[in-house]
Amino acid sequence: MTQIELPSYLEQSGEVKARFDDIKQREVILELKDLEKVFSTAKGDVTALKNINFKAHRREFVCVIGASGCGKSTLIRILAGLESASAGEVLLDGKPVSGPGPDRGMVFQGYTLFPWLTVKKNVMFGLRSQGLGYATAESEALQWIDLVGLEKFSDSYPDQLSGGMKQRVAIARALANKPRILLMDEPYGALDVQTRSKMQSYLLEIWHNIDITVLFITHDLDEAIYLADRILVLKSHPGEVEEIIEVPVPRPRDPEQFISPEFLATRKRIDQLIHPPITEDGEDKLNMIRLTRVGDEVEP
Amino acid sequence: MSSSPWFAPRIALSTKRTRVLTIVSFLLPLLIWSAISYLPFLWHPKIKIVEPGDVSYFKINMLVDREVFDKETLKVKEVGKVLPIGTRANPIYLPAPHEVAKAFVTSFTTEPQRRSEQWLHESLWHSITIIFFGFILSSLVGVPIGVLCGTYAAVSRINEPFIEFFRYLPAPAFGALAVAVLGIYDGPKIAIIFIGTFFQQVLIVSNTTRKLDISLLEAALTLGAKRMQLLFKVVIPGILPDLFRDLRILLGWAWTYLIVAELIGTSSGITWFITQQARYKNFDNVFAAIMMIGIIGLLSDIILAKLGKYIFPWERSANKA
Ligand SMILES: Nc1ncnc2c1ncn2[C@@H]1O[C@H](COP(=O)(O)OP(=O)(O)O)[C@@H](O)[C@H]1O
Ligand SMILES: [Mg+2]
Repeated sequence: MTQIELPSYLEQSGEVKARFDDIKQREVILELKDLEKVFSTAKGDVTALKNINFKAHRREFVCVIGASGCGKSTLIRILAGLESASAGEVLLDGKPVSGPGPDRGMVFQGYTLFPWLTVKKNVMFGLRSQGLGYATAESEALQWIDLVGLEKFSDSYPDQLSGGMKQRVAIARALANKPRILLMDEPYGALDVQTRSKMQSYLLEIWHNIDITVLFITHDLDEAIYLADRILVLKSHPGEVEEIIEVPVPRPRDPEQFISPEFLATRKRIDQLIHPPITEDGEDKLNMIRLTRVGDEVEP
Repeated sequence: MSSSPWFAPRIALSTKRTRVLTIVSFLLPLLIWSAISYLPFLWHPKIKIVEPGDVSYFKINMLVDREVFDKETLKVKEVGKVLPIGTRANPIYLPAPHEVAKAFVTSFTTEPQRRSEQWLHESLWHSITIIFFGFILSSLVGVPIGVLCGTYAAVSRINEPFIEFFRYLPAPAFGALAVAVLGIYDGPKIAIIFIGTFFQQVLIVSNTTRKLDISLLEAALTLGAKRMQLLFKVVIPGILPDLFRDLRILLGWAWTYLIVAELIGTSSGITWFITQQARYKNFDNVFAAIMMIGIIGLLSDIILAKLGKYIFPWERSANKA
């Protein structure tokens, strides 16, 4: 089979280049400075993250990708303020963050909707915590529910909804607080392929319509390339930034681009980064000693 | 449909099968009881005298052991006198189902033996109030402490080790002490129900609270919830259905302490009725009274379960999805 000649993933069309020039001029919303996280466990210290430096610009869509266990969740939990960094700092609009707050919305992989609240009240939760009156909070919540297309379900309970719908509620709930940045930790990891691609398009549409910066964690290459302006590739043990890739696929995105040369070139590059050629440490080799070749047993 | 297996691990039965089995679960013991009562060749270790014959100490309706009857019959036969006649019978402490069924009505309509004594409905009501106050008092203190223990590690550490120790002390052991402190009437009885419930309650409620998915708290934090809001807007509503289930189970346990509690100080309530009737050898009334406790317990649990479905609508929808 002949290999199709792919362009370099570093090659950008004029349109893409112009978009990145525009993004880089925008203000920095989120800045990570020398971020480091060490967990002390019974077996000793585990460095989950090291030397993380990154800036996300306003209205930028950033994906973080890396093998399982490389520290993606740890990173986003530090950004959300649910975990504290061992060293370095997180700046939001130039101000250091300490602890969780409504200025950073979070969407978790497990839906984490409040099962005892209806869709509407789930979305109102943040607004009410902020001290907004019931009526104001309600009308704002309904607008967000409209935005994610669930107006018919505003009085349903979360357990009456499908996985994709739940995650849309979770997005509406996070956005209702008008956060500066939306943090999403493998939000579609539990969804089936079809729902997943629908949800990706939904998210792009929402992102397109409102002023929000997104930091989206995934371990799915196609998802990352389809969604992101830039992709932060993490390597494991310790989790360090391997490369920051500017996705050369033009916007608006369309699932048909999955087979475009830019897309495939980017995919190949990330694949190389997170699945490096197998090293000779024997860990991944099958133990062949006890296997016989098919047919051996019939030979005399 | 009908070919689905009766025994499949963790798989729910159809409504029809559930109903059938529920009925069978009550019918089966009733059938065994009826068989023993109405089939004279089953058990029936006694003989009820119909005609005493020439046995001097036999009287009509007297119950004697079978061996005694046979021995006496043999003796009379040898000297050629009139033989006694008897039918096989069960001991007096095992009344037949229809006798107990009748007692369900008659025990309510039978006037107390003495003026100072209570009618059955008064006794039952007294028992229910003891349970109620013991359980409510325990819950008023135990549930908040349990929730706080489950929410805050510090509260848990200062309470739970001691409670863990105390719950091994049998509540009835405090009977004498309770009488000394609270007198001989309802006080010590309520105290026994309280002691029997409270310590388990704190531990069970704190455990239930700890089982609340921590990511719900994290989600609330990222939405801007403050400390008190976490407790009142997330923890408490989050555990409410499970808490309600816990309380239903604990209420059942409280009933098991009732008999001991009512024996403390002056005997009262349904326990007094049962001991009194046993003394008069009205075992049909005894059985009826014991079953009434079961029926009240079961009925109140069914009512609470239905109530739970009504006050926690999200649970209902979860079952359907
Ligand atoms: N609370 C913790 N205590 C100790 N080690 C942890 C803790 N949380 C995560 N880790 C470790 O940090 C590493 C990164 O975990 P995580 O951020 O969950 O990875 P990812 O989300 O990329 O799969 C893993 O090796 C994990 O075992
Ligand atoms: Mg993760």
